[in-house]
Amino acid sequence: MVYADDAEHEQLHDPKSFWRKYIWSQDHKVIAIQYSLIAIGIGLVALVLSALMRMQIGFPGSINMNATEYYQAMTMHGMIMVIYLLTALFLGGFGNYLIPLMVGARDMVFPFVNMLSVWFYFLSVIILVASFFVPGGPTGAGWTLYPPQAITAGTPGSEWGIVLMLVSLIIFIVAATMGGLNYVTTVLQARTHGMTMFRLPLTVWGIFVATILALLAFPALFVSGIMMLLDQTIGTSFFMPDMLQFGIKTDYTGGSPILFQHLFWFFGHPEVYIVALPAFGLVSDLISVHARRSIFGYRMMVWAIVSIGGLSFVVWAHHMYVSGMNPYFGFFFAVTTLVIAVPTALKVYNWVLTLWRGNIHLTVPMLFSLAFIVTFLVGGLTGLFLGNVVVDIPLSDTYFVVAHFHMVMGVAPILVVFGAIYHWYPKITGRMLHDGIGKLHFWITFLGTYLIYFPMHYLGIQGMPRRYYLSDGYQFIPDSAQSLNEFITVVAIIVGVSQLLFIFNLFYSAYRGAPSGGNPWCACSLEWLTPDTPPKHGNWGASLPVVHRWPYDYAVPGAELDYVPQTTPANQVPVHESDHDEIVSPN
Amino acid sequence: MIIQNTTFPVAALPRYFDRRSASAKTGLHLLMAAITSMFLLFFLSYILRSQVADWHALSEPWQPLGQTNQLWFNSALLILASVALELTRWSLNQPEQGNSRELMWLVGLATLGFLIGQLTFWSYLASRGYFAATNPANAFFYLLTGLHGLHLFGGLVAWCIASVRLQRVRRQPSQKSLYLAKLSIDLCATYWHFLLLLWLLLFTLLSSSPGTYAAIAEFCGFGG
Repeated sequence: MVYADDAEHEQLHDPKSFWRKYIWSQDHKVIAIQYSLIAIGIGLVALVLSALMRMQIGFPGSINMNATEYYQAMTMHGMIMVIYLLTALFLGGFGNYLIPLMVGARDMVFPFVNMLSVWFYFLSVIILVASFFVPGGPTGAGWTLYPPQAITAGTPGSEWGIVLMLVSLIIFIVAATMGGLNYVTTVLQARTHGMTMFRLPLTVWGIFVATILALLAFPALFVSGIMMLLDQTIGTSFFMPDMLQFGIKTDYTGGSPILFQHLFWFFGHPEVYIVALPAFGLVSDLISVHARRSIFGYRMMVWAIVSIGGLSFVVWAHHMYVSGMNPYFGFFFAVTTLVIAVPTALKVYNWVLTLWRGNIHLTVPMLFSLAFIVTFLVGGLTGLFLGNVVVDIPLSDTYFVVAHFHMVMGVAPILVVFGAIYHWYPKITGRMLHDGIGKLHFWITFLGTYLIYFPMHYLGIQGMPRRYYLSDGYQFIPDSAQSLNEFITVVAIIVGVSQLLFIFNLFYSAYRGAPSGGNPWCACSLEWLTPDTPPKHGNWGASLPVVHRWPYDYAVPGAELDYVPQTTPANQVPVHESDHDEIVSPN
Repeated sequence: MIIQNTTFPVAALPRYFDRRSASAKTGLHLLMAAITSMFLLFFLSYILRSQVADWHALSEPWQPLGQTNQLWFNSALLILASVALELTRWSLNQPEQGNSRELMWLVGLATLGFLIGQLTFWSYLASRGYFAATNPANAFFYLLTGLHGLHLFGGLVAWCIASVRLQRVRRQPSQKSLYLAKLSIDLCATYWHFLLLLWLLLFTLLSSSPGTYAAIAEFCGFGG
């Protein structure tokens, strides 16, 4: 609280020039928008790549794509979506925008480092994009970049592409670490008067724990990236085994590809929760606001986030069942994987119980939130199948896995991203996004993704392998699979193109949207209580807000309005910070 | 930005300092946690990789790490830097900041000496034909000592800032300039002690016998 005591006595010096205000800005809100625009931009590239892949799968030969290009599109699509879109958007975008506003700070605690973070991120994206233009093109090793094939001749981009990919990842990790130090320190040190850890919105909790995961898990990717880079460039043998390349013995000796897999997944599984935990947090706030209902089991939700974060470090080898391991290890990782379902299920129950007897407003953010709950549930349930060794082995590397992870960590978090943008856009721009376009976008996206991914479960159970460039000529794949693939491709193209509605809405509403006022959703949390909308530099005007209660006081009996802002003193409406859903009446 | 362009009453200084200090220390601790995670993973990779037949440990008596005099000398320099930093912190509370400026120079020189010493050992390794691509043990040696050195080199940037702030205390004596110098030197001290500890662990690991690696590997479940 020392920060808050002092921060309001400071004089703010607003940057005057265009460059300092919008380009080399140290304002967390501008940095958040920079992060988001870069992430959405590169995400659109990945979306186009997926459309190209789907054309090849659904209508082979129709776009003149060869196998090399297919593998490159597949690899870049995966890596961009997971790292450069989702991670950057949740932490760099939402984290930057919402943390200082929600905890009542004027800015991040290290604004200069924050600015460096976004520019390092931009540099990593530039290097990633540059790999499309180097000899041999980008890497086509699959997003997991497994050695030895990732740096062996014959794999697309095994010379230049993989080097640029690894360098880009290393720079991204530096950017994420600089941002991460800021997010965690700001939450710990820069909260305003009265803002205890258990008065933080769940959004902040989700991003906070996800950032700690990022700080501890990204080093694993860094370590594996550095070692693979050295194997490729100076010929060390960290991961590269004794092997022949086109019938000729290479200089590599005795490296361990399995070591890479362990390192990669020690990063890779927490990465799932680096994406999921912020989504959990954001969606909790959306549900509470749009159902006019205090979040059910707040403290339980917080501990669920923390325990999911902790458990996510001890499940990584469930990605490696088919690589072979001691059966006791397999048993251990299957058990931890199933155990992580307990706090996760708890969160789903609590979202549903928050909705129960709520005053549900079917606004666009609520529609996306409801869609998230269902989608996350479906994706999570197939995770229970795949977490078991005996079920995973036959399903491994089939479309069942593709369907599972797209539902659970592709579509579900993206639905939250959309919901959250529809929800906070009025704060960012002062204008509402167009509701009609929003609903059209929602229904096409929601129904479309089910039409795309549900049939993939069936294809997977049929044994259709993922990552194949062509699927004809295999006896075990029935002809009907091709009809299904055509259907999926058609829907995928429609859903992909419909995202232009969203992009159009973003730009159109920035100028033509209805003015929103400061708190259009009548929400309680601090970011809606800024003196200006959009908030000015320094966020809070002359003095910082003083917090008297948790951020979920909706429909409090006896209160004048159906929401009680966090800054309302206890002598106006009694405070009852409980972790269950009953608010004690003042009488 | 907010902090640098601030004007504040003198009475608010201790609070201002507390706040900056708390944030900076939290940030540094988080950074050290991330670095620890990275080196821990490197250590585990090292142990696992050391159990493959092509590994030629550098620590056998006839190998370069059989004689560790140079590395002991380097270690002594790094210990000297850490001790000098502690003395600097102590001197700052003395009248006229005691010998803190001279001690800060000693920190810088000892650190630079350590880095040069490490590079000397690298060139010794290379002169005996122990290149990174020749054997994974060599590659790990270069990689781990190199990364440790890079972190220390990054620390030298912080050392420069701390030294400039210390000079400013003499030129523009004020409560604020003294606070800022103290904070920078506190942060440097934490970071240097951390990197010293990391180096001692690294040194122990790199110079251990193959039997030790095998025992650790067995303990970690990597054993053959």
